Amino acid sequence: MAALTLYDKVWQQHVVRQDDYGTALLYIDRHLVHEVTSPQAFEGLLMNQRPLWRKQSILAVPDHNVPTTARNLGITDPVAKLQVDTLDQNCASFGLTEFKMDDRRQGIVHVIGPEQGATLPGMTVVCGDSHTSTHGAFAALAFGIGTSEVEHVMATQCLIQKKSKNMRVTIDGAVGQGITGKDIVLAIIGKIGTAGGNGYAIEFGGEAIRNLSMEGRMTVCNMAIEAGARAGMIGCDQTTIDYVNGRPFAPQQKDWDSAVAYWKTLHTDEGARFDREVVIAADSIEPQVTWGTSPEMVASVNAAIPDPGAEQNRQKSESVQKALDYMGLQANRAINSVYLDKVFIGSCTNSRIEDLRAAAAIARGRHVAQNIKLALVVPGSGLVKQQAEKEGLDQIFLQAGFEWREPGCSMCLAMNADRLESGERCASTSNRNFEGRQGQGGRTHLVSPAMAAAAAVCGHFTDVRTLELLN
Amino acid sequence: MEKFQKFTGIVAPMDRANVDTDAIIPKQYLKSIKRTGFGPNLFDDWRYLDSGEPGLDNKERRVNPAFVLNKTPYKYAQILLARENFGCGSSREHAVWALADFGFKVVIAPSFADIFFNNSFKSGLLPIVLSVAVVDQLFLELAEHEDYQLSIDLERQIVSNSAGMEVPFEVDAFRKHCLLNGLDDIGLTLQHADQIKAFEQQYYQQSPWLA
Ligand code: SF4
Repeated sequence: MAALTLYDKVWQQHVVRQDDYGTALLYIDRHLVHEVTSPQAFEGLLMNQRPLWRKQSILAVPDHNVPTTARNLGITDPVAKLQVDTLDQNCASFGLTEFKMDDRRQGIVHVIGPEQGATLPGMTVVCGDSHTSTHGAFAALAFGIGTSEVEHVMATQCLIQKKSKNMRVTIDGAVGQGITGKDIVLAIIGKIGTAGGNGYAIEFGGEAIRNLSMEGRMTVCNMAIEAGARAGMIGCDQTTIDYVNGRPFAPQQKDWDSAVAYWKTLHTDEGARFDREVVIAADSIEPQVTWGTSPEMVASVNAAIPDPGAEQNRQKSESVQKALDYMGLQANRAINSVYLDKVFIGSCTNSRIEDLRAAAAIARGRHVAQNIKLALVVPGSGLVKQQAEKEGLDQIFLQAGFEWREPGCSMCLAMNADRLESGERCASTSNRNFEGRQGQGGRTHLVSPAMAAAAAVCGHFTDVRTLELLN
Repeated sequence: MEKFQKFTGIVAPMDRANVDTDAIIPKQYLKSIKRTGFGPNLFDDWRYLDSGEPGLDNKERRVNPAFVLNKTPYKYAQILLARENFGCGSSREHAVWALADFGFKVVIAPSFADIFFNNSFKSGLLPIVLSVAVVDQLFLELAEHEDYQLSIDLERQIVSNSAGMEVPFEVDAFRKHCLLNGLDDIGLTLQHADQIKAFEQQYYQQSPWLA
């Protein structure tokens, strides 16, 4: 049999039929649903009197619009409230599993899927959200879809899909101390660009990736979409299986062994062909900080802001200049001399327990710098929050002057009250530094949780590796 | 869905790469539970000088006179010309709804972000990929003629102008078929319901832990 890539394998398992147009009808195992991209889909089903094909494939949760403070008061913004209420109503009337706002298991959709074992190796996972690529860390084929496709999956359990090409990004060797999944993925995007993955499913491999925990792998796959890829994937190994074991939606005893036997086949075969291969030396990766308005505008914390004048290509030079203007930065300035106004630790990229541990390790015994107006820690789910509190991380953050909030998307996209004011500069562990992403006129720098904590306590960007861990 | 007919329309230039869906329709408008009414808030942060919130009367707001879609004749544009990686970012189909609601039928760019590209077809918006060289050429021609127009013939897969230029473009056969006939994907897929059921039977036998 021909050698197959991981993507080829998972794809083949799910093809219901191949049509005459070169597209396939692909079967979907898991459908994650949140309040923002689903109301029009439910409405479409009702309007056309179409039943839902497979209720048990759906797990729903409100996350984008929920407040991160005073949950007991409910949602004060009436428009946001209507959207969350609409999700609750739809889930009730269609009989779907939903973790409501006051449920301890509520959280960001891409955090709770894996946490519950609702994301399993080999699955096809979709959600009306681009960061669905996160779930690819489990050797799943996971990708974001639009609302019409949400409706399509609800009505048919399938999607009409064209197969992507295969790309492999290998991180060769082991990364240095203090380098995280976030730094790895930012370095990858810096190298291949935000359109570099267009038309591809990217498999991440190499020693540095294999050494990552599941949390770190999720961070990497989360941002595959920022490299323009349809999906990001990582082969299944013991780390994957250990993570899944014992989670509420994971296979139980009787099926566990046969599931594991299958999961162990979920890796790229020796000799399989990729349409594109990229190799990055692990030891070249330093802590990353974005300086512009696209995730590809990224550099080492020890580098300087690029000079548009040094760029040969006119269009590129203009886009660098435009970005610097928006960001309020001058060319050639050292990145670690850039001061911040706010710090945000959270989002589906970096709000899992390990992320909070890494940030807390830096925050412990220190205090948020005076120039920082707000340093926010928003756990990815109620269960992450509970675990963090069990470990005393909340106390470390609170003593250091951070705010400790309720789970949700929060300042990642600022649909709720958490946002930047115009001109404010933020070190953020989220995934997008687009203009206005965290609030109109706001300036976002993407970093890892440890780097965000370091920025908070120093007031400016600092190479986290130079900070000692205090007791 | 409406059938996609051959048409000639005004082209609006958007000379930037990586136009993201946050820019196309800012997040505050995603709170809507409807599919319609997004047109007035298309490119809201660029189009208005004040900050927008759902529920505001857009006619009362301060428009940015320098923004291309606020100028005549681009107010009436049906074709948007842009640079690489158009529609990157969030999966929000609201971005497509906003472009369509404004009146756009076609977006031309050298490349599109994947999810945006897929979403477009669902609302009858045709994304056309043309080479960097052709897109450069179109920007130049646009700079010279304010009311530059292009004709789009999906049947023949041709973009043309009044000067006789004709450029072919690629489109998925299935997408083309659906657009030309105004077909709804879900209806088409449900024609294969038996095949899906047969697939499921075998699939869950093989992977009982998913059943
Ligand atoms: S945390 Fe941010 S990127 Fe992730 S799902 Fe929420 S809004 Fe989207």
